[in-house]
Amino acid sequence: MNLLEVRNLKTYFSTTKGMLKAVDDVSFHLESGQALGLVGESGCGKTTSALSIARLLPKEGRIVGGEIFLDGHDVLLDSENELRKRRWRDVSIIFQGAMNALNPVLTVGEQIAEAIVLHERLSKEEALKKSQELLDLVEIPKERYKRYPHEFSGGMKQRAMIAMALACDPKLIIGDEPTTALDVMIQAQILNLLERLRRERSMGMILITHDLSILGETCDHIAVMYAGKIVETGTVTDIFEHARHPYTDRLIRCFPNIHGKKAIPEGIEGYPPNLLDPPAGCRFHPRCEYAFDRCRVEEPLTRHVGGEHTVACHLVEETR
Amino acid sequence: MREFLDQVKANKMALTGTIVLAFFVLTAIIGPFFFPFDVMEFGNVEDILQPPGPGHILGTDDMGRDVLGYLIAGSRVSLLVGALATLLCMVIGTVIGIVAGYSGKAVDNILMRITDFFLVIPWLPLMMVLAAILGTSIWNIILVIGVTSWAGTARVVRAQTLSVRERQFVERTVSIGAGSGHIMLYHILPNVFPLVFASTILVAAAAITSETTLSFLGMGDPAHASWGMMLHYAFETGATSTGAWWYFLPPGICVVAVVLAFTLMGYAFDEILNPKLKER
Amino acid sequence: MSQQKDAIVSVEDLRVHFEVRQGFFSAFSKKEPPVVRAVDGVTFSVGRGEILSLVGESGSGKTTVGKAILQLVSPTSGTVSFDGAPVPQDRQGLHAFRQRAQMIFQDPYQSLNPRHYISDIVAEPLDVAGTDLSADVRDARVREALEQAGLTPADDYLYRYPYELSGGQRQRVVIAGALILKPKFIVADEPVSMLDASIRTGILKLMLRLRDEQDIAYLFITHDLSLAWLISDRIAIMYLGKIMEIGAAEEIIKRGLHPYTQALMAVMPVPGQVRESGRTVLEGETPNAAIRIEGCKFSGRCPRAFDRCRKEEPELVEVGPGHSVACFLV
Repeated sequence: MNLLEVRNLKTYFSTTKGMLKAVDDVSFHLESGQALGLVGESGCGKTTSALSIARLLPKEGRIVGGEIFLDGHDVLLDSENELRKRRWRDVSIIFQGAMNALNPVLTVGEQIAEAIVLHERLSKEEALKKSQELLDLVEIPKERYKRYPHEFSGGMKQRAMIAMALACDPKLIIGDEPTTALDVMIQAQILNLLERLRRERSMGMILITHDLSILGETCDHIAVMYAGKIVETGTVTDIFEHARHPYTDRLIRCFPNIHGKKAIPEGIEGYPPNLLDPPAGCRFHPRCEYAFDRCRVEEPLTRHVGGEHTVACHLVEETR
Repeated sequence: MREFLDQVKANKMALTGTIVLAFFVLTAIIGPFFFPFDVMEFGNVEDILQPPGPGHILGTDDMGRDVLGYLIAGSRVSLLVGALATLLCMVIGTVIGIVAGYSGKAVDNILMRITDFFLVIPWLPLMMVLAAILGTSIWNIILVIGVTSWAGTARVVRAQTLSVRERQFVERTVSIGAGSGHIMLYHILPNVFPLVFASTILVAAAAITSETTLSFLGMGDPAHASWGMMLHYAFETGATSTGAWWYFLPPGICVVAVVLAFTLMGYAFDEILNPKLKER
Repeated sequence: MSQQKDAIVSVEDLRVHFEVRQGFFSAFSKKEPPVVRAVDGVTFSVGRGEILSLVGESGSGKTTVGKAILQLVSPTSGTVSFDGAPVPQDRQGLHAFRQRAQMIFQDPYQSLNPRHYISDIVAEPLDVAGTDLSADVRDARVREALEQAGLTPADDYLYRYPYELSGGQRQRVVIAGALILKPKFIVADEPVSMLDASIRTGILKLMLRLRDEQDIAYLFITHDLSLAWLISDRIAIMYLGKIMEIGAAEEIIKRGLHPYTQALMAVMPVPGQVRESGRTVLEGETPNAAIRIEGCKFSGRCPRAFDRCRKEEPELVEVGPGHSVACFLV
């Protein structure tokens, strides 16, 4: 049984201009101990998917369809109380710009302890002790638990956020652009750290990012999103070496490869569609060089093309 | 702009306030044609302090004149004084706030100390003193209110200026060689404006109250009828003790209604304009 | 040699130090106030029509160098020369200088005044320069700039507000605004890092095309070495306010000699490269620039540092044509 199974998820936002179909029939799964990279450009719905799984959507957002199974249990059926109990124990999130999510008037140790005290039956002293252990786990000297956030550097704050996310030993950890604002050296350190922690604790991990190039080193599987839909999924090798969807292919080529030839990559013409009124048929067709008639009217279903590789494109025939 | 108006329509407070205010403004403009009134004229001696009845919907005042006419004439003055005083106050406050916030250092310090002075001084005694010195003409009243009320606005505008000053488009404008004047006028001011607007509404409420207070205390301009003057005369001529409620209650209610309208609008605009300033 | 004869911009031993603001009581203490040495002795030049990238992480001082050249930040010492002469400090001279040297900023969402029309934003440099142009000519220049920046037809954009445009379009507006005075030198501070990958290439290609057509030189500031590799002729690697290595782009990438350069290369994510454990990642973080460091600035984190590194600061030494390194290992 998969650790996480998302089926036909639909999350819409009500705005003054209409219904924004941020996530529109998205399905993917994750096995325990594995890492999935959810990649796409801004506005594709990846963060919304993550927030939907953790049920932390803002008030304008609503899950209007689909199922999310965490260890076989559909979390969409939970009441607010049940959710609160599950939060952080089953799923925890490292948010985008997490370094700014620390309260400046509390010590870092106290903030980690807060997460622990809310979910486990530990006293404050015991929780503070555990927070020291957690800091150690993320390679921060234990004594620092008494310090305030402003005394931590950007990279250290991010590690502190990871420690907080691990506080209740979750089964699934979701990192929403956890390294985007960090220097490239620190980014590598953090990715290594996440990788090590995942292996040691057999956690499932979803890494959300717009930066395709880091996925090869941290994930087993990749799901590519575009305009609220998943266009392709597969193992890292499937995606990078055998990409079948035109968008995936073009996107990969946008990232420079230092060991290859020096040439400015081709971008992708046009702009992502407005999700209030997405194009009919395949959402990528206005920008796709291979689009033909069927693409403009019929939405492509997801087809399997071998192993764990799936593609949603009319150019691709289903093979089992 | 359209989005803003949509939001105004949706916000009940703003809508109520705007409607009430529009009503008063309309009556102030058109009213005198239907209910003419001249504060310098005397009415009929037999009609002194008559309760509401045929011919006088709101009764008569201590000189036998129609209270409704008085009320409408008074609205013109009260609203006008309020508007002009507010304008004066906003101009002074905005200019000082922006210059202080943008210039920083010595200029900021000096301007802020002056602002603090005006902020801290009790406005009523100050106004009374100024009114006593300058005289009680209507223009002096406007001047007095404007000059004593700008400090709060200046502080708020300065704070916003400090924040706008750090935004990258200001840095860009500096990098193309623009001078401070250009930046303050074309970049700081437009971005500070929503705050100024919301603040204006609240200042207007305060200005009307100030004028009413001054007039009530006897420092108003006798040549111009205002609600405050009505209250003053009502009190002076004993309408309160004789129970001639139609004389002092209407102006009191009008002042409260207008101030309330402004206040509702002010709070509502604050709500609408502030969080929506994020462009992303 | 990092100084060239026909350079459009030339920087010599540039230092930019900021005094950290002290509280009220520190005026009574005898201790020296801490100084942040954002730029601590940088020397290089940019040739006409050349693209030089300043690559470094946060705290390296790269953005400060760019701002110091344009006098948006005052250099503490050292010289900045433009077109053979030192950059003027007087108001008029500065005004004239600013028309020939422009800046492109990082955040397309913040560098445009949200309350101005696009046409006013692009025309503003003209207005500020005090050029006395008729409305027609001004209009024509704005259209020309917009079209050069790839926003065609210009009419579609003139009367829009920034919030109506996408990130890539906004950045093109920024570029159009920088182009309108026909500068010869542009400092581009992370111009594409806030844009999606598929949009970046369009902007990069635009910048290259403008260089080819109008002979504009760029100082390209970035933290992304692969980006620098793609677009520049030469790359300078900065760390804690100093240049560690400088040379032709290919040289730096393929034959970088400084340990920091090599560390940056090792950490470069390569798309499609499946997990490679045991990759050497540099430990620790860039130290605080307010702390005075003896010897080589990188010695604290350098895996190959030895005694001399901690006592003496290495100078840039030429190791090949146009390639210099500041390291005792070389």
